[in-house]
Amino acid sequence: MTTIDDPRVDGLALVAPGAAVDASALQRPSVADMPQAIPPQRALPTPIRPRDVGWADGALLLGAAFSAYCAVWVVFYQLTLLSGAFGFFVCWFALFLAVYGFVTAAVVDPETAKDRVFVVLVVSGALLVLGLLVYIVGWVVLRGLSHVTTSLFLKDQAHFEPSDPNVLHEVGILHAIIGSFEQVGLAATIAVPVAVVTAVYLNEVRGRFSRVVRTVVTAMAGTPSIVAGVFIYSFFILPHVLIGKSGIAASLALFILMLPWVTRTTEEVLRLVPSGLREASLALGAPEWRTVWSVVLPTARSGLITAVLLGVAIAIGETAPLIYTAFGSQVMNVNPFHDPQGALPLVVLQNVRQAQAVLLYLAYATAFVLIMIVLVLFVLARVVGRPRNDKRAPLRTRLTSLALQAARRDRGAA
Amino acid sequence: MSVTAEAVRDVPQPGGPRPISIRTDRSVQDQVYRVITSATGLGTLVLLFLIGLFLLLRGLPALRIEGFRFVTTSGFETIGKNLHFGVAASLFGTFVVATVALVVAVPVALATAIFLNEYAPERSRRFLTAVVDLGAAIPSVIYGLWGIFEFQPNLVGFCTWLSRHLAWIPFFEVTTPKVTASLFVAGMVVGLMIVPIIASVTREVFSLTPQGEREAALALGSSRFGMIRTVVIPFGRGGMIGAIMLGLGRALGETIAVVIILAESFVISPHILQTGGSTVAAFIAIHAESGGPTGTAALMLAGFTLFLFTMAVNLAASAIVSRSRSGAGVEL
Amino acid sequence: MAIAPPETQEASVAPTKASELVATDVHAWFGDRLVLEGVDLTFERSTVTALIGPSGCGKSTFLRILNRMHELVPGARLAGSVALDGIDIYGGRLRATDTRRDIGMVFQKPNPFPAMSIGENVLSGLKFSRMKAANKDDLVEEALTKAGLWTEVKDRLSSLGGALSGGQQQRLCIARALAVKPRILLMDEPCSALDPASTRRIELTIGEIAHEVTIVIVTHNMQQALRVSSTCAFFLAEENQPGRVVEAGPTDKIFNDPDDQRTADYVHGRFG
Repeated sequence: MTTIDDPRVDGLALVAPGAAVDASALQRPSVADMPQAIPPQRALPTPIRPRDVGWADGALLLGAAFSAYCAVWVVFYQLTLLSGAFGFFVCWFALFLAVYGFVTAAVVDPETAKDRVFVVLVVSGALLVLGLLVYIVGWVVLRGLSHVTTSLFLKDQAHFEPSDPNVLHEVGILHAIIGSFEQVGLAATIAVPVAVVTAVYLNEVRGRFSRVVRTVVTAMAGTPSIVAGVFIYSFFILPHVLIGKSGIAASLALFILMLPWVTRTTEEVLRLVPSGLREASLALGAPEWRTVWSVVLPTARSGLITAVLLGVAIAIGETAPLIYTAFGSQVMNVNPFHDPQGALPLVVLQNVRQAQAVLLYLAYATAFVLIMIVLVLFVLARVVGRPRNDKRAPLRTRLTSLALQAARRDRGAA
Repeated sequence: MSVTAEAVRDVPQPGGPRPISIRTDRSVQDQVYRVITSATGLGTLVLLFLIGLFLLLRGLPALRIEGFRFVTTSGFETIGKNLHFGVAASLFGTFVVATVALVVAVPVALATAIFLNEYAPERSRRFLTAVVDLGAAIPSVIYGLWGIFEFQPNLVGFCTWLSRHLAWIPFFEVTTPKVTASLFVAGMVVGLMIVPIIASVTREVFSLTPQGEREAALALGSSRFGMIRTVVIPFGRGGMIGAIMLGLGRALGETIAVVIILAESFVISPHILQTGGSTVAAFIAIHAESGGPTGTAALMLAGFTLFLFTMAVNLAASAIVSRSRSGAGVEL
Repeated sequence: MAIAPPETQEASVAPTKASELVATDVHAWFGDRLVLEGVDLTFERSTVTALIGPSGCGKSTFLRILNRMHELVPGARLAGSVALDGIDIYGGRLRATDTRRDIGMVFQKPNPFPAMSIGENVLSGLKFSRMKAANKDDLVEEALTKAGLWTEVKDRLSSLGGALSGGQQQRLCIARALAVKPRILLMDEPCSALDPASTRRIELTIGEIAHEVTIVIVTHNMQQALRVSSTCAFFLAEENQPGRVVEAGPTDKIFNDPDDQRTADYVHGRFG
């Protein structure tokens, strides 16, 4: 029985718009006035999520798996027609799918059978990929971690003597760490502004050559990384123009690789900025460049940061472009403009096939450092790019809310 | 004010009013802004052109020596009297590695994309997608390291199995007992490397499938597989092809993983399970700074060759994707 | 108002499969939010029922519960039963795909499959449910005729489905839904995106097919509800409340002599 204290009673307003408001309507309506439409308070039933898959289906799946296993076991071990663990697995999987498909088609219906087999295939494929990726990262981290020493971050490879029993503490990759950071840092410093300006040209200015430029950027994105390095070599180093084998040469090669990537990602981010913002700014009389500088770019800021972070993460792992430019070095070289310089991925590459165990450990340890840097940058990029308000909001609403925040800020500042 | 409009009024003509012509006068600041941005944009075009030009230029000495035989012979004898070098075996090896990579990567990447988009539980979807995207960011040296020390030893059993039981297929025949450091193993590792790229782009394409068409299929009593088959995949066909070609481009240019895994040899044979082989990218990487001036020229020329055919593949991919329904919404 | 003459071609009359649908105590949640409470409605065979009410009060959600589309939304839950000729579709005896074949749906925005031709679109439902058709061409003609589209497209059955006008596309969707001979047809504001002429054509179609398939139509347009339906149900969601059925009954009564004041206010346009 509803009473006047029932919170639901307060919410009802039955005054028709436009009708004269008489004094009685302003009083709180009593229970007697209330039409009998509010259902009596009762317990809600338990919600369910309908499912079409039951125990029988699970049993079918396991049954097919088991019977396939038995059949293949017989063929492999009793009749010894085939052998090998891998072959066993492949044969089992194929037979399992076939059995599962046929039995489901017979017991249920053919369309469901196709659906179920498809699910098994898709899930298997995806699990294989995800499993392998986790396997790779995990393997590198675990293997590499065991070879990490303090000297890693303090020394370089200059004092490497294989006969030295204490050799593990005499070598390190400080030279490579510095080299990598300098090279990627310089590359990013040149690449990011150029990429942002190019993205602005493509998305905001939309000049006559936009289509050509976009095709060029796409084409450049497909350039093999070694070609970038070879080009810098052919342009600067070989004819002894301006720079020789050095960190800056590597930076230029990395620039060629970073540019298309950051440009495209930035262009995507810019495209998501609502056009209403630009129109508002232009309507207020702002010149185009100011609109871009003060409205569009700040709105897209988190997207831009994500793009840059990911670009750096990818650049830091690039090895091939360094082969013809920085060339790698065992000794410390903090000057990126002169002389070959080491880099993290080069240390791994150069030590992978070495006979000495120490160098191999160095390779593992460096791989560990490399993957940790990439992981950190990657996670950082995703954290920065995450929607502020609602985690699951689609990108458009997220940017709209960002835009609204920007607009509020501008209004507040004005 | 930055933009002014001058209206040119005409004398009223019979047949109705004529539209006025508007001239947009941009302020100096905006003109400068447009010039700078256009110049930067066009700069990329210049850069691309320069890359091709200089590689060819520096490779010309080698071209003058070997001529067309550069692509029909193999080897790297660049010092001394008998100059003999070419990338024939490397081109063949590149083709083999790319094929193996695609055969391995495409079905698995498509399965991953479909799984992530249609079947993955809501809560884990973001995380699983992140794992796949991370795969694209893992450096090639690490794939190479894992490939040679962890993957290959486990793969040897499978390769031996293939060579023993499927030897009637000429590819899987081996004439030597060793099956390590082969084009096949290299191809498999490269295949794994390109899965994240293909999967990410395909997933993005599939996520653009119009909701209305999906619902229509389901409302007609279609199973999920039926819906994917008749709505999602036809819609995503263009984008899928683009994604695959993107992966192909990457596989053609992959250097480091191949350098680490493949043992160099300039033999052209269909026995991909056998040790030895060469790809153009690996060829360029391995012989860096060796072979004297002729060698360097040969390497530049090889670089130009690589540049040319990866460019062709990527441009074709771009063209196909932009013409398709799904590709128009997705950036390659 | 001018009424276009109905289709002169007599469609082959299929035996009526129109069924009865009974919804009992239906509740719906999106996650933890209750959006629909205690809906009890009966849709008798061969009738046309209109679900009316202001936007956001759960009409479409309810409609989607009737053909098991609600559960496709992540986090969606429901309670209650929906009985098709006595069998509860949520009772575990029927699979969702079977139910959706028997209970068809036409959506607000026309959604023909653009990669298929007109003929293939009509037959697509059969492909999904693996139904066999004795004569595919006859079936296509029958479905398109019932939907009032046959004369306009009979010469271009192999052209793509996406190349039609909005009204034609919606009629194609109706034909596609009818081709699988559903027992119930649900229509979610089918004319809201269309011009008046197409709307009129579709209303005529509803009238023509009502005897062989029970129709439930959600509509914002009260004149349309008056024109096409014999029964009406008025949904309302008050502030911070889940949607409920305020009143249900013959269309005449709902519009001219409703029991509830709120119904009267709504049908006379005092809020909406």
